[in-house]
Amino acid sequence: MHLNRLSCHQLVGKIKTQEVTAVDVVEQVFERIKRVESKIRAFISTFKDDALRRAEAVDKKIKRGEEVGPLAGIPVAIKDNICTRGKLTTCGSKILSNYFPPYDATVIERIEAAGGIVIGKTNMDEFAMGNSTETSFFGCTHNPWDLTRVPGGSSGGSAAALASDETILALGSDTGGSIRCPASFCSVVGLKPTYGLVSRYGLVSYANSLEQIGPMAKDVVDCAILLSVIAGHDPRDSTSAPYPPHDYAKNLRCDIKGIKVGVPKEFFGEGLDEKVEKVVMDSIGVLEDLGASCSETSISYLDYAIPTYYLIAMSEASSNLARFDGLRYGFRAECDGDWNEVFSTTRGEGFGEEVKRRILLGTFALSAGYYDKYYLKALKVRTLIKREFEKALSKFDVLVTPTMPILPFKIGEMIEDPLVMYMIDIDTAPVNLAGVPSISVPCGFVDGLPVGLQIIGGFFEEEKILRVAYAFQEQTGFHLKKPEI
Amino acid sequence: MDEDLDIKIGLEVHVQLTALKTKLFCKCSANYRGMPPNTLTCPVCLGHPGALPVLNKKAVEYAIMVALALNSSISPQMLFFRKNYFYVDLPKNFQISQYDKAGGVPLSVGGWVEFSVNGEKKRVRIRRIQLEEDPARLVYPGTITTAPYTLVDFNRAGVALLEIVTEPDIKTPEEAYFFLQKLRSILEHLGVSSENMQGSMRCDANISIKGGARVEIKNISSFKDVYRALQYEIIRQKQQLKHGIATVQETRHWDEDRQITVSLRVKETESDYRYFPEPDLVPVRISEEWIKKIAAQMPELPDARKERFISEYKITEYDATVLTSNKKLADFFEECCKLYPNPKKLANWIMGDLLRNLNETGLDVTQLAITVEQFVDLLKMIDEGIISAKIAKRILREAVRTGKPPRKIVEDEGLLKIDDEEFIAKIVDEVFREFPKAVEDAKKDRRAVNFLVGQVMRKTRGRADPNITNKMILSRLEGK
Ligand SMILES: [Zn+2]
Repeated sequence: MHLNRLSCHQLVGKIKTQEVTAVDVVEQVFERIKRVESKIRAFISTFKDDALRRAEAVDKKIKRGEEVGPLAGIPVAIKDNICTRGKLTTCGSKILSNYFPPYDATVIERIEAAGGIVIGKTNMDEFAMGNSTETSFFGCTHNPWDLTRVPGGSSGGSAAALASDETILALGSDTGGSIRCPASFCSVVGLKPTYGLVSRYGLVSYANSLEQIGPMAKDVVDCAILLSVIAGHDPRDSTSAPYPPHDYAKNLRCDIKGIKVGVPKEFFGEGLDEKVEKVVMDSIGVLEDLGASCSETSISYLDYAIPTYYLIAMSEASSNLARFDGLRYGFRAECDGDWNEVFSTTRGEGFGEEVKRRILLGTFALSAGYYDKYYLKALKVRTLIKREFEKALSKFDVLVTPTMPILPFKIGEMIEDPLVMYMIDIDTAPVNLAGVPSISVPCGFVDGLPVGLQIIGGFFEEEKILRVAYAFQEQTGFHLKKPEI
Repeated sequence: MDEDLDIKIGLEVHVQLTALKTKLFCKCSANYRGMPPNTLTCPVCLGHPGALPVLNKKAVEYAIMVALALNSSISPQMLFFRKNYFYVDLPKNFQISQYDKAGGVPLSVGGWVEFSVNGEKKRVRIRRIQLEEDPARLVYPGTITTAPYTLVDFNRAGVALLEIVTEPDIKTPEEAYFFLQKLRSILEHLGVSSENMQGSMRCDANISIKGGARVEIKNISSFKDVYRALQYEIIRQKQQLKHGIATVQETRHWDEDRQITVSLRVKETESDYRYFPEPDLVPVRISEEWIKKIAAQMPELPDARKERFISEYKITEYDATVLTSNKKLADFFEECCKLYPNPKKLANWIMGDLLRNLNETGLDVTQLAITVEQFVDLLKMIDEGIISAKIAKRILREAVRTGKPPRKIVEDEGLLKIDDEEFIAKIVDEVFREFPKAVEDAKKDRRAVNFLVGQVMRKTRGRADPNITNKMILSRLEGK
């Protein structure tokens, strides 16, 4: 039995009943990593010794009959922009290539309290800026379905690690689609929670007002289990909603008869790959077969979503990334001179191309004379888009769209053209502007490459979108298909 | 003489809300003075990646109290903005502050502070009050201009800072000084800053004189230095104007050691700071109820206390003004009043000898070695005729400096007043024998009596009761 191929909900039972040990699970996961990691390169760092120690502790607790949490002995891979105390946290950047945070992110504390085992930190676009994991200082992760293609971004490492069974669960972060894009490209499940549902404490900020940490998993049940562990109020994050803990896995099995599904026509326009469109339309058919009533709807102002999203994200990023100056932690350039020179040289050498581009654009957008013209205007458009989503979601239970308008592309194919690259956020970024939750589930394949279905819900309606996703998954079984590596 | 120069001075006062105990956005201790560098820090105040600020609600309450005390109108909602600039003392390279443009509102706008300058009433308007985080402390070995390297201590980073900005209503360095005194007294009465405010108030001063540009002097750390820096700037700018050199808009540093201002940089404009709303902090709504609740809990302010002193203790307005100019002084006075029934006399002694001794030693009222009980005891000894007022002055001086209780000084030095008539009579005899000429003179001219009295005092080191001595000499002269 390959324990690493199982899901969390299959494994936890076996571990708790001592059918298998947590140590076995962790060992098999690390064997798998050893075998395929040279091809996938999903991880920036792994913590085998520490993981085994923790697994032993879980096993001992179970033997003693003590209470263990819902993730007892389950390996979890963490996107490398989530702080882990004493464990390398790089954000895929040279500037943090030697950074060991002095504290754990809230989500890490919660995962460990639930018995989960952090096995490593996964590769990502530098500071979560990208759609392909190609901007990582540590090199690109390869898509397990086709090693010549990108895994999507920026949580590409987490998605690839799941798809290649190098982990059982994973965490990603989603600013404009960074969980859902790689989930779609790698045929796994990824959920971006409602803004404020999951604490951002310990998530290295890229664009604070847009990003959320979210669960990534091999199926919808696991995704719900991991969400239940990490969601809920955190006094260390002022934007954290006063939301009580909730078991999202409990009511997944309710049927979805009579559920109202809106299909916003703007998501099916120009730029959508015809083959992807066909797969998504078929998926909507599946939902109808399950008893959902699907009808067309409209979300206005979507033409402005991408520029609005990038303006806000880059502006916030230009300020967030100012702290990386080599003075207190992280990489510092070898350089003589005053602090101004040290800052400049460190930043010049420490940041990659895409990060510099966004810092510069963000700095420009916030500077005098342009603030009103760009940043403030973007905030206004954002409000309009948010209202559009609220309007649509008051008429429908969920909205359904493609997650990505295209199939996973070849490594190196698009990296030289940032504007084209930005456009592929078209289906995911508006959701971040609105702040509502959204999940991507595997919905089929085109020429052996995965396609994802995006299901969007109203504020704090994670349970509903998980239910729709679960019904869809059980009907279709696309999540069971594994890549051959 | 400076009337025609139309001097305009505006102050930006930064007050650390150290009474909070913790920093503005984290739970680190705010009482960093005397602590080893970089020991009071955490991921939040060091700006570590991923760490998020959480607003200390109590800081907002303190700020609201100050706004109410300065008659400033409080905004219904409080927002924080990021002020972006690169500097070694800023852990995040932006400061979480407030902003009055681009949709931002400071905690409060408007208001005024009223105070007296040489008996004349003066009112300085407040432009705005806002809450922000203090940067780290830079330590320059040597002076700011010559130091070969800079040390950074992040213990101060994140301490809650209240910025109080005035309109340019101040005309002279003296007015600035008295304004700051009054402001400090208000803040002390509110109890928002630590007991000893020394060093928890810093000041930037803007100064322009007719025909010149606005010059900002940064980070002046004492009131006396504000006075000196302004005085220096006025002379410097006047000299420049006289020689036809225009003053440029710039930021200058007050060099405490050399007592001069030096140019730091030509002033950056506001627009360079790329202000935008802090996305990690949600807006705080300030309801009328909240304000009312805070107002109800406000301690007595100096002006009200002054009025009460006048009516309750029947002292003059001048005395009441001086006594309430410093909370500790006022507290000292009131404590004394509980033990001693003559407020007028207490006021005279506190404002006269006690303050003079404090000034001479450079001590604060709280650092006084003499207690309220001991001070009152000193006055009682005068009333009981145990010591003379003149000796009391000497004893007070010694008590302030050594901490010895006055009664102990009196006993140890044998300073008790001599009212033993037999003993005085013996001394008078001696004096009459030694100065027969003076006795003859005194018989004819009463003015020479004082010489004889003086001689008795000399022999008793001032301890003989002057009344008894006087009476005795007169009766001897009249041959009784
Ligand atoms: Zn701190």
